[in-house]
Order: sequence, then C-alpha cells, then structure tokens
Amino acid sequence: MSKIEIRGLKKSFGRKVVLDGLDLDVAERESLVVIGGSGTGKSVMLKCILGLLEPDAGSIKIDGREVVGLSSREREKLMQKFGMLFQGGALFDSIRIWENVAFGLIQGRGMDRKAAKEIALSKLRAVGLGPEVAELRPSELSGGMQKRVALARAIAAEPEIIFFDEPTTGLDPIMSDVINDLIVKCVREVGATAVSITHDMASARKIADRIAMLHRGRIIWQGPAAEIDSSGNPYVEQFVHGHAEGPIQMEVRTR
Amino acid sequence: MNFLAAVGAAFLGFLAAAGRIVLFTLAALAAMARPPWYPRQILRQMIDIGYYSLPVVGLTAIFTGMVLALQTYTGFSRFAAESAIPNVVVLSMTRELGPVIAGLMVAGRIGAAIAAEIGTMRVTDQIDALTTLSTNPYKYLVVPRLLSGTLMLPLLVLVANVIGVFGGFLVSTYKLDFNPATYIQRTADFLETMDVVAGLAKAAVFGFIVTLMGCFHGYTSRGGAQGVGAATTYAVVSGSILILLFDYILTEAFFSR
Repeated sequence: MSKIEIRGLKKSFGRKVVLDGLDLDVAERESLVVIGGSGTGKSVMLKCILGLLEPDAGSIKIDGREVVGLSSREREKLMQKFGMLFQGGALFDSIRIWENVAFGLIQGRGMDRKAAKEIALSKLRAVGLGPEVAELRPSELSGGMQKRVALARAIAAEPEIIFFDEPTTGLDPIMSDVINDLIVKCVREVGATAVSITHDMASARKIADRIAMLHRGRIIWQGPAAEIDSSGNPYVEQFVHGHAEGPIQMEVRTR
Repeated sequence: MNFLAAVGAAFLGFLAAAGRIVLFTLAALAAMARPPWYPRQILRQMIDIGYYSLPVVGLTAIFTGMVLALQTYTGFSRFAAESAIPNVVVLSMTRELGPVIAGLMVAGRIGAAIAAEIGTMRVTDQIDALTTLSTNPYKYLVVPRLLSGTLMLPLLVLVANVIGVFGGFLVSTYKLDFNPATYIQRTADFLETMDVVAGLAKAAVFGFIVTLMGCFHGYTSRGGAQGVGAATTYAVVSGSILILLFDYILTEAFFSR
C-alpha cells in the first residue's frame, strides 16, 4: 500500500488551472523528489496534501485513508504524521530558536517544556547547531542557519512523512549541499517518507530515490533517480539540462 | 447602465466581505469553545492590550474630561445651569466617551499591531507552519486576542472613566471655582449603576470588534509587504467605523434604561 496516493487531483485559481488531474503514489520510506518549473503547481500539490488548500476535485489518501474534506479536528490529529520544511523557513519570529524547534511538541502534543527543550537541543545538534544558538531569535541567524533550524523543527516530532519545499533555494552551493546531506541523514534516521519539490537538479539527484516531473498540472514522467539522465522524455531532458529551447515553453511574453 | 453595474458590483463586494467576516467570526467562536486554550498567549495579549494601552487611554481620557467640563460650562452658563457640570461630565464619560475614546485609541494601537503581526505571519507562511505543527491557528492566534480584547477593554474604560471624571474635577475646581466637595458629591449623587454597566458592556463589544478586525484583516492578507500595509489600514478604519456604528446600536438598546 502506498503511503500517499493521489488520484485525479484538480485545483484552479479563478481561470488559471494549476493542477489538472494529478496522479502520484509515494511508497513508504522512499524519498520522492518532484521537479518542475516555477508555477507548475508543485507547492499547490503539497498544500493540498497538507489540507492548507482545498482541492477542487480528486482524492488524496494517506495510509489508505481519504483525507480530502477532513474536519479541522481530524486534520489536527493527522498533522502529527507530518513535518514540513517551508521555502522561506517560516520560523516564528516572536519566540526563541529552541521554542521554534519544540513548538510541535509543546503546543501540538502538550509535552512538558523541559523535556521538549531537551529534544529541541538534540535536534539542533543533529543539524549542526550548538546550544548557544537555542536562546537566540530567528532574525539573529543567517539564511542557511534559519533553514537548518526549520529542518530541525520539521523533524522534531519524528514525523512519518516530511515535505521539503525548495530546501536549497536562496542558499549558496556549499550550504545547499550541507542541507541536502542533512535531509538525507535526517530522513534516514527518522525512517520517514519524504517528498521534496525543487528545481535544483543537484539537490534532486542527491536526495531522491525516485524523481517525478510535474508539468502543466500533471506528472509527465517518473522513475528511479538513476534513470533521470536516460529518461528518453524530451520534457525531462530539457529541464535536466536547462535548455531554453525545447517542448517546454516558458510563459513569458516576448513583446 | 454602467453606473448601475458599478453600484451593483460594489454592493455585492460589500456583501461578500461581510459574509467572510461572519464566517471568520463563527470559526473563531467555535475554536474558542473547545480546548486547547493557550494561557501563555492569553496572558501575553492581556498585558499587551490592557497594561500597555494604559498611558494612551489615560492621557486621552484626562484631556477629554477637562475639555468636557470647559465646553459644558460655556454652554450651560448661558442659562445658569453650571451646577450640572459634574453630572454631564460623569454621564458623558461613563456612558459614551470613555468606551468610544478608549475603543478608538485601542483600534489604532492594538488593531493595527494585530493586523501587522498576523499579516506578516500569513505572508511568510508562519500560519501554514502552525497548522503543520498540529496547532490550530484560530486557537493559537485569534482566540487569545479576541478574549483579551473583550476582557481588557472594559477594565481600560473603567480606568478611563475615573481619570476622565478627575480631569473634569480639576478644571471645575481650579478654573471654574467649584467647591471640590460639592463637585464630588454631585458626581456621585446622580450616577446610577446602569450608566457604568452600559458603558462597560459597550467597551466589551468594542474590544471584540477591534481585535476581530485586526485578526481578520491580518489573517486574510496577501501579497507581501504591500498587502500587510493594506491589512493594517483596513483593520484600523473598519474597526473605528464599526465602533461608532455599534455605539449607536448599543446606545439605542440601552436608551430607555
């Protein structure tokens, strides 16, 4: 049974169709990377799975259970299975770093603050940040450090499924690689199912067991990460090699 | 025809906005009814809304009371009714000016701050992050603010009433040659419990309105810094207008009493 099973997922904003009958399966404990250009609906797909957006049509099953249209109470409970690393980090800027990391434990699960702080410190250590960082506030950290804190927060409650939204965007190549390594390590340690969306091929190659390509609201190709260079699919080849010419037409007005 | 279409579109837009506010309010009230509650958040908001608004509300109240005494004197001395000044001051403050002035000041101070804070959280995905951490953003962000606003504004108004009456007392005794004892006597004599209670009830409603507008406009803001700026403006403007609107409605309801 698939951990996540998406069938016929549709979502439009006004007249703009973003997801157009998307089908996707994610197996337990695999790391799937969804690639695709900007504006192809990658983030919308994640937000639909998380229930942050209500899909127009289609079905999403987690562990075989339909989750579209859950009540907010059931949704809160379901969220305990999930961890999410947001593109901009989305750290809470009014509270300290360790409180950010421990947030899901304290507020979401009602854990004792002292015990939660211990876990937060160990998760910070896992992403290479020492206890001196724990008492700072998010605005006092660099972009790369914020990403690491966000990663620590995403894995703090040991979720079964972790989403990574553009984990390396806006980071220098070295910090990107550090984050990629941390993602691989953390996902393996927690034993989680991971879905990442990115347009950074170096990142995709590093963290993926399997890669799927999203184009115009549908999955147009999927296969093991090793086969990405021999896909035989002109769309995938254009994207992987980053050519401006090819079957994918960027929606840019030339005049 | 174009003109009619524009009027119709504006009216439909207004109805849609009103509907969204009502749905938001119902969702917030539903969230308020069930645990978990967040006592730390509630305490933080209470201190922010209640304690830190004291200087602003106190200052406006004392000047309002002082002006009230002066203006009443100007009018009432024309028909030799200066002795009614203490009654006018205390009734105006408790029934009307205390709640309205405190409400408007809090709309500017707190409504704007709430809209800016929650709006920034919205555009930086922090609200979505709350959801993914099994925390209902209505319960964590909206409910503590609504509760604090509704509970703290009456307390602020109680303080504003006392300070306002004291302002009137200062002007009357030092400038208008009232006898201090007589002034206090007359203030107390004609004041009924209902006057104060009606004012405090208004204050509770205004506190709810101000925090609701801040939360609603912040929560629904979009489009980066500009969107947050717009949300802040809407929160203050709509909060202020609704305060004056509900002031009339509530006064009408309390009128015969």
